[in-house]
Amino acid sequence: MAEQGVAGVWRRIRSIYNIQGNKCETCKTFYFPPRPVCPECRRKGRLVDYQFKGLGSIYSFAIVRQAPEDFKRQIPYVIAQVELDEGTRLTAQIVNVDPEDVKIGMRVRACFRKIKEFGHGGVIVYGYKFEPTMKVTGHDLKKDQKSSSVTK
Amino acid sequence: MSNRVAIIGVGMNKFGELWDQNLRDITLEAGMYAIFDSGVRGADIDGIVIGNMSAGRFTGQEHLGAQAADMGGLGDMPAYSVEAACASGGAAVRHAYMAIKSGEHKVMLVLGTEKMSDVNQTEAMNTISVAADWEWEGMFGATFPALYAFMARRHMMEYGTTEEQLAKPTVKNHANAAHNPWAQFQRPVPIGVVMNSGLLADPLRVLHSAPITDGAAGLVMCSEDLAKKYTDTPVYIEASEQNSDTLALHDRPSITRMDAVIKSTRSALQEAMLEITDIDVFELHDSFSIGEIILTEDVGIAKKGEGGKALDEGITEIGGKFPVNTSGGLKARGHPVGATGVAQIVELALQLRGDAEKRQVDGAEKALAVNIGGTGATSIVHILGR
Repeated sequence: MAEQGVAGVWRRIRSIYNIQGNKCETCKTFYFPPRPVCPECRRKGRLVDYQFKGLGSIYSFAIVRQAPEDFKRQIPYVIAQVELDEGTRLTAQIVNVDPEDVKIGMRVRACFRKIKEFGHGGVIVYGYKFEPTMKVTGHDLKKDQKSSSVTK
Repeated sequence: MSNRVAIIGVGMNKFGELWDQNLRDITLEAGMYAIFDSGVRGADIDGIVIGNMSAGRFTGQEHLGAQAADMGGLGDMPAYSVEAACASGGAAVRHAYMAIKSGEHKVMLVLGTEKMSDVNQTEAMNTISVAADWEWEGMFGATFPALYAFMARRHMMEYGTTEEQLAKPTVKNHANAAHNPWAQFQRPVPIGVVMNSGLLADPLRVLHSAPITDGAAGLVMCSEDLAKKYTDTPVYIEASEQNSDTLALHDRPSITRMDAVIKSTRSALQEAMLEITDIDVFELHDSFSIGEIILTEDVGIAKKGEGGKALDEGITEIGGKFPVNTSGGLKARGHPVGATGVAQIVELALQLRGDAEKRQVDGAEKALAVNIGGTGATSIVHILGR
């Protein structure tokens, strides 16, 4: 028997680490997570692996303030539906931004982060989160502007 | 129309956080009340259907069909357990409807049950989350309220729905529940309290959300030709429809409507040969207040985007043109997930029989219930008439 979470995460690693989904060659639709059957074409569909570019914009979001144990340490955090440039949407956290500054339509790119742990000492899940594209990682533009205006 | 399916008895326990009762106690209580109300004897019943979402995780017990037959002293009759997340109750009603309609069963006991308060907050939150797509939403930190917050935020952006409107289903439903002796919260709540309640997942607050509830509800259903033998006030199921949508919310073209609800409502009205304006009273799945706003639009009470305006105008209040959630809804009657779909039918049957006391909609003849699973991946619609 696998340690809790290990097998379930390991078999999805390509999708969770690299945003690998698939694309139906028949109807040209992109799918993430990868679908076993194209719902548009079914048996006429031809699904091939596709590596998403990891760029998109925020379709909708929430600031989570009550969460189960696995996520409690991250509260408050932003969870969003990100619309990837290929046209499909996924659900992921938004990081490297003040929650109050997140807006629908904001451009974001994928980054690689720790998602959660399966309990104390359990397997650690890594995978995609998203961050605003126009900022250097860890660099808060807004606060910078504020401090520079003070020095003036 | 001959060979209709009738509801001849209804019952439920008093919903709440019931530390002194276990899963068997509440299920038995609801079933017994339904049987007493119907006038059937145990020996007349030839099958049980029980709706439940997740007793295995909430209480550690599965195999609820056999448990219900055993605890009710109903012997060796077939007992079926059905699951469709928060629509499990509606699914149980529909399964009994199909079984009776087909002629396979004559008189059935329908139950919905959920005992939620025996686990801690983390386990309760995670168990509810599996109604959506656990691997691709829940595991990335999307709590169930967060998914409904996605809908609320889009609805606010696309249609200008306000925070005040978001609070109004709660105020209305609590006012209704004040007259429902079976409800979890039998007291009104002022709009200011709702609007200042703690944030769960912005923009959704605690008082926009249905509570954790222990509860069970029951119905006795039979074919039309038998119904008159037991009661002078049978209520008939005039339509039963069900549709599915993607499990994950992010896979839908729009998150400000529920396509499964639109389809199942449309086909139910067609089946019953009715227009939406013929319906006198509604139970709409308000697990979150934004859910009620979206559903009023999807069933056709309000135009798209005007669910909030419908609340401003009071048309969904008792006394309004289209009363919604006279029972108090999921918000105030309580939301034991597997029981909710059955409890909705209990309320509508009482309304059609004229037994809804202070919350009675005068002269109600037709009623409609929408029971949702997950974030709209299952929609089950029933139309009742007398």
